[in-house]
Amino acid sequence: MPVRIISTTQRVTAFLEGEIDHHTASALRMEIDDAIQRNKPKTLKLDFSDVTFMDSSGIGLVMGRFRTIQPLGGKLVVSNLSPQVYKIMQLAGLEKIAKISKREEVNNADNK
Amino acid sequence: MQIINDFKMTIDSKSVNESFARSTVAAFVAQLDPTLDEISDIKMAVSEAVTNCIVHAYPECVGKIYIHAAILEGSRVKISVRDKGCGIMDVKQAMEPLFTTLGGERAGLGFAVMESFTDKITVRSKPEKGTTVTMYKRINGRAAL
Repeated sequence: MPVRIISTTQRVTAFLEGEIDHHTASALRMEIDDAIQRNKPKTLKLDFSDVTFMDSSGIGLVMGRFRTIQPLGGKLVVSNLSPQVYKIMQLAGLEKIAKISKREEVNNADNK
Repeated sequence: MQIINDFKMTIDSKSVNESFARSTVAAFVAQLDPTLDEISDIKMAVSEAVTNCIVHAYPECVGKIYIHAAILEGSRVKISVRDKGCGIMDVKQAMEPLFTTLGGERAGLGFAVMESFTDKITVRSKPEKGTTVTMYKRINGRAAL
């Protein structure tokens, strides 16, 4: 499960790719937490543009990163979710702890 | 309900097999010409059931996970995921959203996701004997779009 991370002191953005499940989540957690601890950013952004599958382990990943960034005074943004992943994040009530948004192309398709 | 076609497989409770299990069941269900959303629902439900076996049923060891998928009359799919692990003391409590015995990185949403993405789920469990999760889902398919 590869992840590309772009870090500044303002913002850490993690571009997640592929499938997020219990097997892949722990490596992601370590890489993202490492970037948070090194940069102490004001915002952590998790970009789901290239995520093709996610189960509730991904919810645990998002909730866990909220618990990492919250004591540092940072906020969490979760973006470019597929409709399916958006649905399970809503099911989990994640909009209470993070700003979550769907993929743009989906919105465009809806407007057609 | 009559079975039209079915398959069984046994896998080790290793996390690397999570994607193998959900992809294999999804590939089997493909004969009903499901929509992408339906395939995704099946994958998600199987992934949760298999992850539960790995994380909860066999926490300290590698055990066997028995998967049985069947196509039933009326474009319905029945998927059973069984283990011979530690079992669940209180099934009702285990199925409550956000309940987890592990905390940390586990969201406690496994059963909630299985319930949301299938039509019906039954859970039979005996402490020290194991757990069987059976899920049913009707596949309307792309023809219904």
